[in-house]
Amino acid sequence: MIRRILAVTVKELLQLKRDWRTAIALLGMPLVLLMIYGYALSFDVTDIQLGVVDLSRTSASRRVVEAFLESGYFIRAATLDEVRPTDALFASEAIQAALVIPADFASDAAALRPTSLLFVLDGSDSQTANSILGYARQIVAGTTSEVLDIELGPPLEAAPLVWYNPDLKSSIFLVPGLLAFILMVSSVLATALAVVREKERGTMESLRATPIRAIELLLGKTLPYLLVGSVSAAGALFLAWALFEVPVRGSIFWLAVVTLLFLAGGLGWGIFISTLAESQQVAFQLGLLSSMLPTLLLSGFIFPISSMPRALQIISTIVPARYFITALRAIVLKGVGPDMWWQQAAALTIFGVLVLLAATVRMVRSL
Amino acid sequence: MGGMRTIADFVVKELIQLWRDPKILSVLFIAPIVQIIVLGYAATTDIRKVELVVCDLDRSAASRELIDAFTASTYFDQVAAVPTQHDLDPWLDSGRARVAVTIPSGFAADREAGRTGRIQVLADGSDAMVGTLGLAYAQGVLRIAAEEAGARAPIELRPKVLYNPDLVSRYFMVPAVLALLIMIMAMMLASMALVREIELGTMEQLLVTPLTPSAVITGKLVPYAMVGVVEFLTGLQVVLFWFEVPLRGSFVVLALMTALFMICSLGLGLLVSTVSRTQQQAMMISTFVFLMPQIYLSGFVFPIQNMPRLFQLVTYAIPLRYFVTALRGIFLKGVGLDILWPQALAMLGLAVIIFTVARLRYRRTLG
Repeated sequence: MIRRILAVTVKELLQLKRDWRTAIALLGMPLVLLMIYGYALSFDVTDIQLGVVDLSRTSASRRVVEAFLESGYFIRAATLDEVRPTDALFASEAIQAALVIPADFASDAAALRPTSLLFVLDGSDSQTANSILGYARQIVAGTTSEVLDIELGPPLEAAPLVWYNPDLKSSIFLVPGLLAFILMVSSVLATALAVVREKERGTMESLRATPIRAIELLLGKTLPYLLVGSVSAAGALFLAWALFEVPVRGSIFWLAVVTLLFLAGGLGWGIFISTLAESQQVAFQLGLLSSMLPTLLLSGFIFPISSMPRALQIISTIVPARYFITALRAIVLKGVGPDMWWQQAAALTIFGVLVLLAATVRMVRSL
Repeated sequence: MGGMRTIADFVVKELIQLWRDPKILSVLFIAPIVQIIVLGYAATTDIRKVELVVCDLDRSAASRELIDAFTASTYFDQVAAVPTQHDLDPWLDSGRARVAVTIPSGFAADREAGRTGRIQVLADGSDAMVGTLGLAYAQGVLRIAAEEAGARAPIELRPKVLYNPDLVSRYFMVPAVLALLIMIMAMMLASMALVREIELGTMEQLLVTPLTPSAVITGKLVPYAMVGVVEFLTGLQVVLFWFEVPLRGSFVVLALMTALFMICSLGLGLLVSTVSRTQQQAMMISTFVFLMPQIYLSGFVFPIQNMPRLFQLVTYAIPLRYFVTALRGIFLKGVGLDILWPQALAMLGLAVIIFTVARLRYRRTLG
């Protein structure tokens, strides 16, 4: 049995060696993508284009405007004398936010009457809008005592403290998610065409004539890609550590175990799709739609699962990347042991076994 | 014109061929609808119900009141209350809680004496987005609690959010998911359809017919353009009536922009087919070289303004970038071509460039 599995493995590896485009895509692409996106992507909003409408024109109002500009988040993109023209600037995306200081701002502030600043912002990108609003609140709270020239202790105050990623750097939390995304897509696509290609080219008939059994054929087709996947995963993890200063606080051994489980699940899913589809086109479409979008959207990589409707939270339990990302963050960022993430590892194992079983059942039928 | 007739006949033949494969039809029509419904719900950045664990060391009426303020807000979901700060660790380590609030002993005494009541808010930075927002929400809860206790901030920031007052991320994300699906369909399937002919060796047969190479290409692309139009129209029904996303701009402008975007995507599919020999290569190249950059660098999830300057320049070559801006403008801002003409022009220009390059490559590989 092992001999027959190895024979298929060697044949697949030879085929991969001849097809250098695919080999490079599988080996190198994960690294390149991680590098590019690790650098490019960030949720930290800066350079917010601010329109300033200062109707008060006093030293107090100028002080507030300065506080916005000095914060490092805002850039003055326009200075206006009235509120109305901001509409056109918002429509053409020339500004993202406008600070309107009312005419009686300084007199109210001097008399210690409560006063307010109007802050208009573009809500079409709700996430950016939320960040911008948070910055603006912080800045106003910070300048209050300075503008009013009184010592003012807030009645309630929070001392914020952030664990695992004290500077809340986007890259540190995005890189594990990106890693899961890239590995999932490349592993599913690696095997999605493996069986259907034989069907489409008619070589399935010749395979049928050989004494090979379904499970042997499947393992033989999966193993070479597990090898390729592990190499590129190791490279990607190294890059994450070397370039993005993602600290590996936990054990490398457990990291490897969890990554292998995840890869096996992805490859198994790909091969299951391959036994399902009749043409490479369908296999590819199924593979891509079932790996890329769920991993992007349903894994907690970008969109938090706890905010989703109950039904989707249930659906997300069959997305393996969900478990991998949680385990990865636990091992890499939190440095905790298996007692904290054994459930995730168990879920990945169950997923892998189930898809391989399903693929074998389908394969037995078509052989 | 005779040429038009032959192309039309060829298109009909391709459509019949497409029609005969029931699996591809379900992949083309049913999968996108299911995807847009599922992913439309998932793609929300509105973070609600951040898992909260509290540690009340003060055990006073004032501290209980503050904890009630946290749990009563829709932003937090209290998962546990622990007796000592040390007991917070496993909740954060395992990821079962994202934010921990500690109320130190002496909190009530400070409040009664008119001193600032200080609490500690601990956030899990391994998911930086939830961590950041968790901190911001905690500040918000404190502000409201302070106001209820009778303290009013002397300078208040009055936010006014344009276009999307409740900051519902779905209004933008759902149309963007539709754009993604259209792109995947147009680019991937077109490229694989073309490469399949090369792989199966039937391309030569097509080229010895009186059809010119451009007629063959047109005949191959037009069916997918038609499928794309149908997919767009059905997907739009889901966007408008299921998700109730307001369409404030004109349908005609939306249709025009979608057509331009689809032409770009089909062109990219054609380009992919000129550089690949097997369907597997076509799939790898279109996924890694074209699809992923479009997803990540288009501003769909990650705002372009947060990227390093170099990557901002790269985004100008990405058709989806312009389409995303157009979608946001048409759906949420209700703007027309007077504002969006640069986006239309950019997509038109990219389409011309893509088709010219593809045409040159084709002459070399087939001519």
